[in-house]
Amino acid sequence: MFTSAFTHWTIFRIALQERLVYRGDFAIGTLLRFLPIITQIFLWHAVFAGAHATAVSSGASPQEAERLFGYTYQNVVAYYLLSMLSRAFSSMPGLASGVARQIRDGEIKKFIIQPIDMGGFFLLGRIAHKLAYYSVAIGPFALVFFLCGDYFDTPPSGAVWLAYFASLLMAFLLGFFLELTIGMIGFWFLEVSSLLFVYMLFSFFLSGHMFPLDMLPAWAKVIVQFTPFQYLAYFPAAVFLGKIQGPELWRGLLIEAAWVALFIALSRVALHYGLKRYSGYGG
Amino acid sequence: MTISQSHAQLDDPPGRDAPRAAYLRVYLTFVRNSLVRDLSYRSNFVIESVASTSWVAMNLGFYLLIFNNPYVTQIGDGLGWGKYEFFVFLATTMLVNNLVQIFFMPNAEEFSELIRTGRLDFALVKPIDTQFIISLQKISWASISNFLVGVGLLGYSLWRLTTREINPLAISPVAAILYPVYILLGVAILYSLMITMSAASVWLGRNQSLTNFWFYITNFSRYPMEIYNAGWGAALMYIFTFIVPVLVVVNVPARLLAQPLSPRAWWEWPLAGFAVLASVGSVLASRWVFQRAIKAYRSASS
Repeated sequence: MFTSAFTHWTIFRIALQERLVYRGDFAIGTLLRFLPIITQIFLWHAVFAGAHATAVSSGASPQEAERLFGYTYQNVVAYYLLSMLSRAFSSMPGLASGVARQIRDGEIKKFIIQPIDMGGFFLLGRIAHKLAYYSVAIGPFALVFFLCGDYFDTPPSGAVWLAYFASLLMAFLLGFFLELTIGMIGFWFLEVSSLLFVYMLFSFFLSGHMFPLDMLPAWAKVIVQFTPFQYLAYFPAAVFLGKIQGPELWRGLLIEAAWVALFIALSRVALHYGLKRYSGYGG
Repeated sequence: MTISQSHAQLDDPPGRDAPRAAYLRVYLTFVRNSLVRDLSYRSNFVIESVASTSWVAMNLGFYLLIFNNPYVTQIGDGLGWGKYEFFVFLATTMLVNNLVQIFFMPNAEEFSELIRTGRLDFALVKPIDTQFIISLQKISWASISNFLVGVGLLGYSLWRLTTREINPLAISPVAAILYPVYILLGVAILYSLMITMSAASVWLGRNQSLTNFWFYITNFSRYPMEIYNAGWGAALMYIFTFIVPVLVVVNVPARLLAQPLSPRAWWEWPLAGFAVLASVGSVLASRWVFQRAIKAYRSASS
């Protein structure tokens, strides 16, 4: 028990130090990630300005065009910033492709002969990666949220904060196990890069990274409800903004937990059957 | 004497035409090889085409969604970007970006990798201009599907604009002739930016952020430039027009085609003139950076 904890601590520490090597790259990368959001915010600014003008010229009250799809301009800005924060938890750059590459190169062998659980090893590495990332990214994030403080309405209540943190934590776990499972498709197909590309596209769009998902028409919302992607960006942000409340909030958190459990199970099953198929050659 | 010079002396016939014909022949070989390579992984080719087309469809869906709101009839207040004008803009973005993706993107990505691994040696010893071979070797045929989607969107939007009942758009011959020219100038600007950034990996080694940087910067070119002209966004607008001229890439041709030839704001024709200067300037600058990078390149391994 003690040895196992020590092993895990060592794995975690090594991964953390490895990550902190590229601090400068990290800091620049984090700031740059706000750039696409900026263009999106300017687009919405222009959309709201246009809608205002249209409302005025058509004789309608300008108040009506202040809220489009249930969002004011302030809400939209707040949403994009919050979805960035969700993605900081749920995005796993290079995880699926890394797993697939290790399977193809045969590096995966080491998990068969060493007394380490593969999923656990990757999870610790990823937690270390994220902690290193947050320690650097907290600066840019704090700056941006401070500058944009006016775009947020009253801060949410304590219970909502709790639900928000729970949803972020599960977003991390869901992102991790989802990508791990997808990476393990590499046991069955040698080249998964185009498949990963497809996954990335859908995840970007369906997670709500591009726009708030509740803007979709009803039929599309139903489809989106049945995918796990919305929990990667939209759901935590919507919880924070108070768009999801009461029993709906509980249901959402439960479904998110169910998705996490499902992908934990799937990744274990995939590993089990994958290793049976796997044959490693050479030293 | 470098290897390429010695080759040039051995092989070049006295006439100037022969080497140029050779460049064309080499390029046609690149075209053919890329097609053969793309078609030998047919399922990959299909998946890539479908994936990138569905990405475009999703993007388009987002804009359709916005314009679905009864109050959203234009982008910005009185800037002239109604629904279909804006779609002409989007189509122009697609055309420029996809031309870059078809002809240059796979090469620029490969270039940083060649520098990092030291495989650039193979290009340097060939008796042909290094920038030529580095920039044009691969053609991504799978991106063509998106180019066609762009053409379709452009055609449809123009049809809607020219046949609408109130104030139909008349496309002047000047606009029709200048549009493809400015598309090509835009491609030249993006190409220069791209090759400069990948050449920079000679000095930087690891340039993961730089590749992302490219996507983030071109992201600014996707929308009409006036939308940035609010508060501190104006600073962004000037930086991305005059220092890194990505804003003129799509804005100039799209504006030319989507809006009537006159009246025009005072700055529009000067901007169009500036776009010509900017593209010539960027190509020259990128050539200079490229050659500096090749000089600074030290092979890795062996």
